[in-house]
This record gives sequence, structure tokens and C-alpha cells, in this order.
Amino acid sequence: MSDLHADLSSYPLPFLLEMFRRMTLIREFELRAIEERHQGLIPGFIHSCVGQEATAVGACLALQEGDVITSTHRGHGHLIAKGGDPRYMMAELAARQPGYCLGRGGSLHLSDFNLGILGANGIVGGGLPIAAGAALAFAMRNEKRVALAFFGDGAANEGAFHEAANQAGVWKLPVIFFCENNLYGEGTAIHRSTAVRDIAERAKAYGFAGVIVDGNDVLAVYEAVRAAAERARNGAGPTLIEAKTYRLRGHYEGDPQVYRPAEEIEEWKKRDPIPRFRALLLHEGRVTEETLEEIQGEVMAQLNEAVAFAKQAALPKAEDALYGVYADTHQQLVF
Amino acid sequence: MKQITYAEAIREAMCEEMRRDASVFLMGEDVGVFGGVWGVSAGMLQEFGEQRVRDTAISEIAIVGMGLGAALCGMRPIVEIMFADFLMCAGDQIVNQVAKARYMSGGKADVPLVIRVTTGAPGSAAAQHSQSAESWFMNIPGLKIAVPATPADAKGLLKTALRGKDPVLFFEHKMLYAVRGEVPQDEDFTVPFGKANLHRHGDDLTIIAIGAMLPKALQAAERLAQEGIQAEVIDPRTLVPLDSPTLIESAAKTGRVMIVHEAHRRAGPGAEIAAVIAEQALEYLDAPILRVAARNVPLPYSPTLEQVVLPSSEDILAAAYQLLKGVKSHAAV
Repeated sequence: MSDLHADLSSYPLPFLLEMFRRMTLIREFELRAIEERHQGLIPGFIHSCVGQEATAVGACLALQEGDVITSTHRGHGHLIAKGGDPRYMMAELAARQPGYCLGRGGSLHLSDFNLGILGANGIVGGGLPIAAGAALAFAMRNEKRVALAFFGDGAANEGAFHEAANQAGVWKLPVIFFCENNLYGEGTAIHRSTAVRDIAERAKAYGFAGVIVDGNDVLAVYEAVRAAAERARNGAGPTLIEAKTYRLRGHYEGDPQVYRPAEEIEEWKKRDPIPRFRALLLHEGRVTEETLEEIQGEVMAQLNEAVAFAKQAALPKAEDALYGVYADTHQQLVF
Repeated sequence: MKQITYAEAIREAMCEEMRRDASVFLMGEDVGVFGGVWGVSAGMLQEFGEQRVRDTAISEIAIVGMGLGAALCGMRPIVEIMFADFLMCAGDQIVNQVAKARYMSGGKADVPLVIRVTTGAPGSAAAQHSQSAESWFMNIPGLKIAVPATPADAKGLLKTALRGKDPVLFFEHKMLYAVRGEVPQDEDFTVPFGKANLHRHGDDLTIIAIGAMLPKALQAAERLAQEGIQAEVIDPRTLVPLDSPTLIESAAKTGRVMIVHEAHRRAGPGAEIAAVIAEQALEYLDAPILRVAARNVPLPYSPTLEQVVLPSSEDILAAAYQLLKGVKSHAAV
């Protein structure tokens, strides 16, 4: 039984299955990446979003083609949800030539401009003004496009958030500030770092609406973002959405997690968004167990392929390190 | 050729590019209604309207970051930071976002963003409105850095920046805004980056002068010429990329080099230029490379104190005599 209640009849079945598929793909991608990191394939950090898949998928599926996102240090989910290819992601994590960033970026800097993914970001809050600027470009050209900035509760205390929110509010830009509040900014609990209980309250200071949503309910997230995107497209300006969620693993792989009790994690596991959505689908009778198992199997096959792709992919050529800092330097830099 | 001021040359470059390219726009603090606190964008709001000449909040992070976001989505923003001293308010966006977007994306991101900023000491503006911040950013791969010293270079370099695909920090010296000079009116007049301007030929010593130090260096060279000393005066025009070949060639010819800038001496642009020359032309040098620069203290308010800190024409002359010490052919030495 799921504790979720939703009228699924208004959603086409393929759409619901796509939600399930993408959440599953994100979860399994990260678990596989963690495993491959232990095996030595991946040299860098991994900040997983295990437990937060519903925010990424609910938000990105509510966007349209041509809309853009900026992501965070915990960005694998956002990329996959926006259509990122797990092969190029895994190859990038494995620091290979065909990776999304030619092996120059890694997990923290994944991007795919063709898909409107303007980049994960190693700096907390760094993507917020960038998303507002993308929205400005759309508004200036009278395009009905929307930018969505993912950020965490930690970033809500960065100046970048406040400056971007204010300017976007003044100019009524088509931007959605989407806060994934997972209750901890790295190792510091939100009540120890943040003077208000709800980040959404801060929208009031910048002249637009703040909305709180259950971040572990993919359909609730979807509906909130869909409404915000519609407002943005109609010229009504930004929305701040605060999705209450929880990361089930450490801030990074290897985090000793001394800052939170194990019981708290166990409690949140009961609200894991994937089993919750799965139970809802089954309970409503729209889907059979077999269909979901089939999707799970397809996801695992896709990830096997992604890992195989990454493993057989060439390493970057050493001399390539010196190329591509500027548009016009295809030769080694002399300055 | 038409004589206009450095400020007018910058405005001309912006207006011409905005007329020919709808993706170019200007935003920053007081650039619209006010016309820019130095008057550089005066009248632009009236011509282009508030969509393309945008007054922002006093929010440097947002100004630069939104410029980047717009650049990534097909626009060519000109963002203005009122004083170089305020660049650090937008430090993360400039250093971690703008500069690195292309490289860390594997080359996917074009970042046609121009950050216009005023630099240098306008007189009694004290420690937070007088700094020359150029070298703070020379250490950051991914940024290009222009330091125009004449109206023509200001126009030509800005037009090049606005037609490029890379982020440019464009340092406009406040004391040059009113300086007049000949500026080509050809709409396609541009000045390439990485190409120094040799303002005066000479065989006895090389003066490499940056920004507002160029007129002072030319003044000093004039005085030296009266004493029979021929100084070569070179303006690098851009610090990144740096026209090393021209600087090295001159150093090899004269064997005596000084670098003059208003930025602080320690790890200023001169430190890099001196290193480049030492690495590549040491065997040609007849004297140690000298730097004439601001002393390593914050800029003071009192004119009496400020003039001690800032480099002057006299400092350039003194350095020239030091470089030429022991050269018997020069009567003045």
C-alpha cells in the first residue's frame, strides 16, 4: 500500500511509466556508479541523490523541449530526468574522452546544452543567477521558454540565491527556483543554519509565490512545476518551489554521517519515492507488477551498456588538457 | 579622422554593435536612466529602450551570473561592473562560472560575455574605489583581459570582444575617459586581441606601459629623447592573451626593460611580463628588468599620501636612468 493518494486517471499510462522508468534509472545509475567507483573505474567525487529522484523527475517532466535547467553538485538525477544519456554520463564519470565533457568536468560539471542542461555546478548556489540569465534571454526574445534552477536548502543561504531571486522578481522572468530541501546543508541540519522553517517563505521577499510540496511525491512535484511553468510562460514571473525531501546516503560517498541519527534515515526510507510511486501505480490497478519488472530490467540493461561503453571508451589524450580554454585556441595555449 | 573621447569611443562601439546585432544588450547598475556613473552609456536608453539597456539592482553576482546565463542561451551581453573593486562581489561567477564554462563543458559552451569595468585611481577615491584589478584575473585561465589606453583601442578592442565567443574583462581607466584621440569611423574597425601597439620606436630601452600609464610613459619618453635617449614604448593592449613575441623582440633589441602599471607592484601584470621576458630573452638583457607600479599599500584618500603610492612620470624617468646606469654614451646618465 502506498500512502500516496492521487487520481491517476488524468495521466496517460505511458507518462506514468516514464516517470517510473526515469526514477528507477536515476537510482540504479547512482548505485552502479558508486559500485564502479569502488571498483576503480571512477576517480572523482560522487554526491548521490538516492532518495531524491522524485524531485528531479517530477520537475523535468513538467518542462517542455526548449526549457533549460541549471543543476547542482548533486546533479545526476537532474541530468537523467532532463534526458541525459547514461552512456555519456558514465563515460564522463569514468574520465573518458567520449564523456559529456571530454573528461574535463566529471560529476560536478556534467552538461548537455542540446538538451537544455546548462550544467551541474561545483559551487553551492552557482547555477541560480545563470538560470535567471537564461530566462532573461528567453524573455528578451519573446520566446515562451522557461528556465528552472535546482538548488538545495544550503544554497538558499548564499547571496547568489537572493540576488538572482530579487532581480528575477523585478523583471518577472520566466524562471522557477526549485529548492530540494533535504534538511542538511552538507553536514549541518537546516534548523542550525537557516533562520526560517520553510525556504518557500523567502519568495515573499522577492515579490513572487512560494510553494511547498512533498518532494518524495513525484506527481505532486510534477503538478507544482507544471503550474509554475505555465505562469512563467504567461509572463507572470518566477515561482519558488520548495520540495521537502531527504537524501538517503551521505553528502558524498564515504561521508561518515555523524550529523544525523540512523533512525532518522530509516524513518525516511519509508517515504522512499520510488517504492511509494510503485505502490501507487499497482494499487490503482493501472499497471501490473510484470510491467514494472520489465522496466526495471530494461533499466539494468541500459546501465550495463553504459558501464560497458565507459569501460571501452578511450582515455583523453594527454595533450588535450591544453586545448579548448578559448574558442580560438585549437592549438596549445601560449598565453 | 574624427577626434572623440575614450568614453565616446566605448559608447560608439556598444551602439554600433547593438545596431548590427540584436543579441547585444547592456545591463548593470545605473547604466540606463543615469547613463552610467561615468556617463559612458549616456543616451543609450533613449536609442535602444529599456529591454536592451537594463538598470539592475546593486547585485554584482546577479549581474555577472545572469550575463553568463544569457550568453549561454544565445545573447551577447555587455555587463557593467561600476568599479573594479566590486568585481570580487561577483567573484564566484567570474572565476568559477564564466571563466570555466567552456573548458569544463568540454568546449560546448560559447561564452560571448563582455564585463566592462572601470579601473584605476580617479583621485581621492581611496582604497575601495581606486584599485587596478587586472592581475587578480590574469591567474584565471578562461578569461581574456583587455586594458585599452587610447580611444581608438577602446573602440576597436571592445568591438572585437563583442564579436568574439569568449568572456572578456574589459578594464576602462577612469582617468582616460575624457582623453581625446583619433578613432576610425569604419563600422568594421576592430583591434585584435594579443597584438601589442608599438607607440614609439627606440633602441636604448623598452617601456612596456599598461592603461593610463601609457600617456605617462610617452611623456617620459619625450623627456628622455631631449636627453638623447631613445625609449621604445609598447602598450600590450591585452594582458590575456599577451603579445609576448613583440615584447621579447623589443627586449632583445634594447636589452633594458621596465614595465609600468598602476596596479600594485607585487604580483601585478608586470611580474608576469617580467617573467616572460626573463624566461625567453634573459641573454639579451644588459640590466635587471624593472617595475614601476603602485606601492604595496591600499590606495589612501589624501592626495598627499595617494601620490606617494601611485606611479608617476618621474618614477618612470628614475627607472630609465637606473636601467641606463653605466652607459657612457648617454650624457644624462
